[in-house]
Amino acid sequence: MYSEMLRIRLIEEELVRRYSEQEMRCPVHFSIGQEAAAVGICQALSREDSVLSGHRSHAHYLAKGGDLKQMVCELYGKAAGCAGGKGGSMHLIDRSVNFLGSTSIVSGTIPVAVGVAFARKLENSSGVVAVFFGDGATEEGLFYESANFASVHQLPVLFVCENNLYSVYSPLEVRQSSSRKNHLLAESLGIQAIGELDGNSVSVVYEAARKALDTIHSGGGPCFLEFNTYRWLEHCGPGYDNDIGYRTEDEFQSWKQRDPLEILGKRLNSVKSRFKDFKETERKKIKLEISAAISFAKETPFPEEQALSTDVYATKKR
Amino acid sequence: MPLKKDKNKLRRITFCEAVREATLQAMERDDSVLLLGLGVTDPKGVFGTTLGLKERFGKERVYDIPVSENAVTGIAVGLAISGFRPILSHQRADFMLMSMDQIINNSAKWNYMFGGQSSVPLVIRTIIGRGWGQGPQHSQNFQAMFAQVPGLKVVSPTTPYQAKGLMAAAIEDPDPIVFVEHRWLHGQVGDVPENYYSIPIGKAQVMKPGQDLTIVTSLDMTVEALNIAEKLKSQNIDIEVVDLCSVKPLDEETILTSVNKTGRLLVIDSSWKDFGVAAQVTAFVAEKEHGRLKCAIRRMGLPDIPSPSTPALSKNYYPRAKDICLVVEDMLGKKLNLNVFEDEKLPHDVPDPFFKGPF
Repeated sequence: MYSEMLRIRLIEEELVRRYSEQEMRCPVHFSIGQEAAAVGICQALSREDSVLSGHRSHAHYLAKGGDLKQMVCELYGKAAGCAGGKGGSMHLIDRSVNFLGSTSIVSGTIPVAVGVAFARKLENSSGVVAVFFGDGATEEGLFYESANFASVHQLPVLFVCENNLYSVYSPLEVRQSSSRKNHLLAESLGIQAIGELDGNSVSVVYEAARKALDTIHSGGGPCFLEFNTYRWLEHCGPGYDNDIGYRTEDEFQSWKQRDPLEILGKRLNSVKSRFKDFKETERKKIKLEISAAISFAKETPFPEEQALSTDVYATKKR
Repeated sequence: MPLKKDKNKLRRITFCEAVREATLQAMERDDSVLLLGLGVTDPKGVFGTTLGLKERFGKERVYDIPVSENAVTGIAVGLAISGFRPILSHQRADFMLMSMDQIINNSAKWNYMFGGQSSVPLVIRTIIGRGWGQGPQHSQNFQAMFAQVPGLKVVSPTTPYQAKGLMAAAIEDPDPIVFVEHRWLHGQVGDVPENYYSIPIGKAQVMKPGQDLTIVTSLDMTVEALNIAEKLKSQNIDIEVVDLCSVKPLDEETILTSVNKTGRLLVIDSSWKDFGVAAQVTAFVAEKEHGRLKCAIRRMGLPDIPSPSTPALSKNYYPRAKDICLVVEDMLGKKLNLNVFEDEKLPHDVPDPFFKGPF
């Protein structure tokens, strides 16, 4: 799990560095600081389980095993991108690993995930569907409507809320009453729910996910988990924005000290001999993989102009 | 109803029965077809269109749902990208507005925004009310609004024959389809083959051929237009009535062929006149064929006003036969005898007797 988190961190850092080259010509919402929830959940899932996500989805896509080259190509708008360049950073998909899609409208994929879970149930498949969303999505009616439906039909869905305190620049206190608990909202709909979990500790995330998946697999219906975490960078883009006044440098620093990589790294360092060597080897390997993906994305062609009008409608399949 | 012609197994059935039969036969042919909607299992079965389907196919395929239009639309998208073919029904189009996000942002975009990897075979049935004081929020027709969105198709059958064939085609189609039904057409009867068949989406139908003037329209206004065309025959006025059947894709070819023949085009919108389907038809004909027109294209439809409830106000809301004939008179430059229309004597807020069909 450390390697997975390190890989996501290094990929995001490289994309941050490259973003100013202005070759990735799409809005990008980086996941730096929020790697633990993505990795902890996806490690607990099996390959046939599905994942859907929202606008900040790089970590979820990568943690589920989504192809790196195709993701980078998508950001560069290339034909080899996971959506052929038509989606950009906010529309990642890799059906080969059951990452079924991320979209940019807050809460928009929650019902789709419930629908996929409905399909799994109708097919008598053991597959579970995990859907990632933020604290803002719990304010949308869609969250409530979808969770209610999942509960009525006892569908195999894992609702994963990453609470990073801000919706763009709007803090929680202008959006949710201080006495509100999102997990209690879910619980009131008949869903097993745990909230206020440490979303920066990948082992906490993983253990919570394992238990929730056990519940789902044993027919206990959908589950809801809420993890507290923090996005290090600005809402959209590669910069830090602690200076513009919506959050404090102190708040950022206190979360940075609880870096998901550091938390796990410290523990591994104390129990694992030669952890530093392992880390260095991993870092080198990942960096090679990233530079290969970036070079490929830069060289590979853009879509042909006629691709503009393809895929608006599906061709007849039968 | 007795059979009109036995050899094609035609029977005279209502529009509602035709919708139900198409749904039933599609569900028999394809296990992946599911039906979801408020009241689809209740004793009235969405005006009879879903009666007995749960009994026939079981609770695994036919679902009454929570009052959560937006989520259920997204859930239907999730089912559709997982290999199912859901049909989602709304008893009134007005409630469907709750689900605009999932219709427009997800169902219409999913195939495109993921580079064609994940199509959404989804049928959304939506019923338009009219009359009997249904008022501002129970009688809105959003054909044009949906047609403006890339990725959606909009189908609007008028006759029972079209209803069955287009419903079957909509269920077979790999893309999201808004299937518009007009409440005043539900009771109409017409000859419908017993066997399963589908009608291609995107084809208009010439309901009555004519030489003097083309009326392009859909839904309830097709029935009005046919009534007028029939009654004006005796005055030597030969009107061609083209029913759109599908608003999108729009069958430009059939419309242009007709306009080329008659040289006169009146477009009657079943919804608001401004910014609507009639505007689109008018615009493309003007762009492509204005040189052959003998007079200016005319457009009719509902005024830019919400639908009032009281009959005292609604009587001047929907275009009626005489209103349409006044425009026809003007276009032909001929005085017509309008006394053949008994508009004034009949209540305007329930379907006129000629809405019964067959057409």
